[in-house]
Amino acid sequence: MHRIAIVGGGTGGTVLANRLASELQTEIETDEVEVRLITADPNHVYKPTFLYVPFGKKTVDDAKRPIEELVDRRVTLMTDEVIGVDTDQNRLSFADRTTSLHYDQLVLATGATLEPEAVPGLAEGGHHFYGLAGAERLRDELADFTEGHLVLSVVGVPHMCPAAPVEFTLMVDAWLRERDRREDVEITYTYPINRVHGLESVADWATDLFEKRDIGLETFFNVDEVDPDAEVIETVEGTELEYDLLVAIPSHRGSDLVTDAGLGEDGWVDVDRHTLEATAAKSVYAIGDVADVPASKAGSVVHYEAGVVADRIASRARGETPTATYDGKTVCFLEAGMDEATFIEFEYGEEPYVREPSNPLHWAKLGYNESYWLTASFGPKLAEVSNSDIAFASGLMAILGIVSVVYR
Amino acid sequence: MTDAHNPDVTIDSRDASCPGPLMDLIGKVKGLGSGTVVELQTTERNSTTDVPEWLEKAGHDLVEIEERDEYWSIFLEVN
Ligand SMILES: Cc1cc2nc3c(=O)[nH]c(=O)nc-3n(C[C@H](O)[C@H](O)[C@H](O)COP(=O)(O)OP(=O)(O)OC[C@H]3O[C@@H](n4cnc5c(N)ncnc54)[C@H](O)[C@@H]3O)c2cc1C
Repeated sequence: MHRIAIVGGGTGGTVLANRLASELQTEIETDEVEVRLITADPNHVYKPTFLYVPFGKKTVDDAKRPIEELVDRRVTLMTDEVIGVDTDQNRLSFADRTTSLHYDQLVLATGATLEPEAVPGLAEGGHHFYGLAGAERLRDELADFTEGHLVLSVVGVPHMCPAAPVEFTLMVDAWLRERDRREDVEITYTYPINRVHGLESVADWATDLFEKRDIGLETFFNVDEVDPDAEVIETVEGTELEYDLLVAIPSHRGSDLVTDAGLGEDGWVDVDRHTLEATAAKSVYAIGDVADVPASKAGSVVHYEAGVVADRIASRARGETPTATYDGKTVCFLEAGMDEATFIEFEYGEEPYVREPSNPLHWAKLGYNESYWLTASFGPKLAEVSNSDIAFASGLMAILGIVSVVYR
Repeated sequence: MTDAHNPDVTIDSRDASCPGPLMDLIGKVKGLGSGTVVELQTTERNSTTDVPEWLEKAGHDLVEIEERDEYWSIFLEVN
């Protein structure tokens, strides 16, 4: 039997497992192939929901579903933490099992790990919306925040969803305006390099909006230390900034599993950016946030990567030469306030065009987030359509009625 | 005198896309003592303007930028 093992039941692992279940349906049914998904968390977590939690528009429960409800019955689901990858013997070891598992092809889709503790004082002094507990705590904090200095600081690059810090800043501005609190709250956005976003077109767009909305900017701002008692941020560049509410995007690292297996530094897997095959080992792929490719750490990226890797793995399982490749395709909706959004799409090395924000695109983003549960569970077909292009976004307008009920 | 051709630390950020090389540099410089000479290797043209700008803001010295066949070497001294 040809054994395919996928580690991580987040966006990438789940979409990939379902896609393989349908591509290799015959081979699985005749016991020639096994598709096994191993994941540490019995829940599947959809992180884009977190952006809405601090504003009370979604709850953390909206972001979770039991993974077994999403995975095709032809996939062998295993809830366990993988603690070792032996790429010479093609074996995985587990936290809760003494037996190891052989694989013929392996995909790592373990995502990214937040590390607020990398900056002294940050865990104590800062809030974030990048995890379930953090988003919930920030909601409580924001609900009671009536005046003072709110600082949104991007501490670590790369981080999941490069757009989210800009979106949060524009959303909190609009949210405070709706509540007549904006005049009593100063907002500052900080970013490590000399502009507000890695992509120049997004940086230009956001800088313009920040200026119009009276949002302060600090660039070349690399947080060295946070003093939670004095409520001051100190930077590597020697800047000091006082805050009353600090919302910080902590730095991210990959997985110890990756470093220990010699697959890449800082826990990110070194891969060929087109085939997504590990450079340090045979028959190992990485997709999503854990893969070191020059694309965003974003759900749309892992969706496309999962499609490519599914084709490559299915070809290999059938003894054919794989031909599918990933070209860096990324699509991303960006909230520009509480009721308008824009949309970008680009490939490796391309600069996206930022459209004028509109209310339909805001509803399209919310509609897309809801339809995610279908794309994750039913696999490839809908996923391709829903990610394909702006036309689909407009099409989602048709379900605006349903979405407006979901969007409390 | 600073010897740019014998750096104490070399950071190979070739093939990393923007702002990767600058972020690699910032991450490393944090842990280096005053007087350390660093060579940052980058294939990203933007680094040749972004890095000197950051060095000025952070108070470190740009020593020299050398154009090689397929990359740039940016030499700097930590203050
Ligand atoms: C606030 C926020 C907003 C976002 N908004 C958007 C958006 O609007 N659009 C967009 O495209 N992207 C967005 N993203 C990014 C997107 O959520 C991630 O890029 C995506 O989830 C990456 O998928 P993944 O499969 O690589 O990892 P994940 O979805 O993080 O899944 C990793 C899985 O691996 C499991 N795992 C880890 N280690 C092990 C182990 N050793 N053994 C077994 N299992 C393990 C984990 O339990 C988890 O289930 C957002 C992210 C955040 C934080």
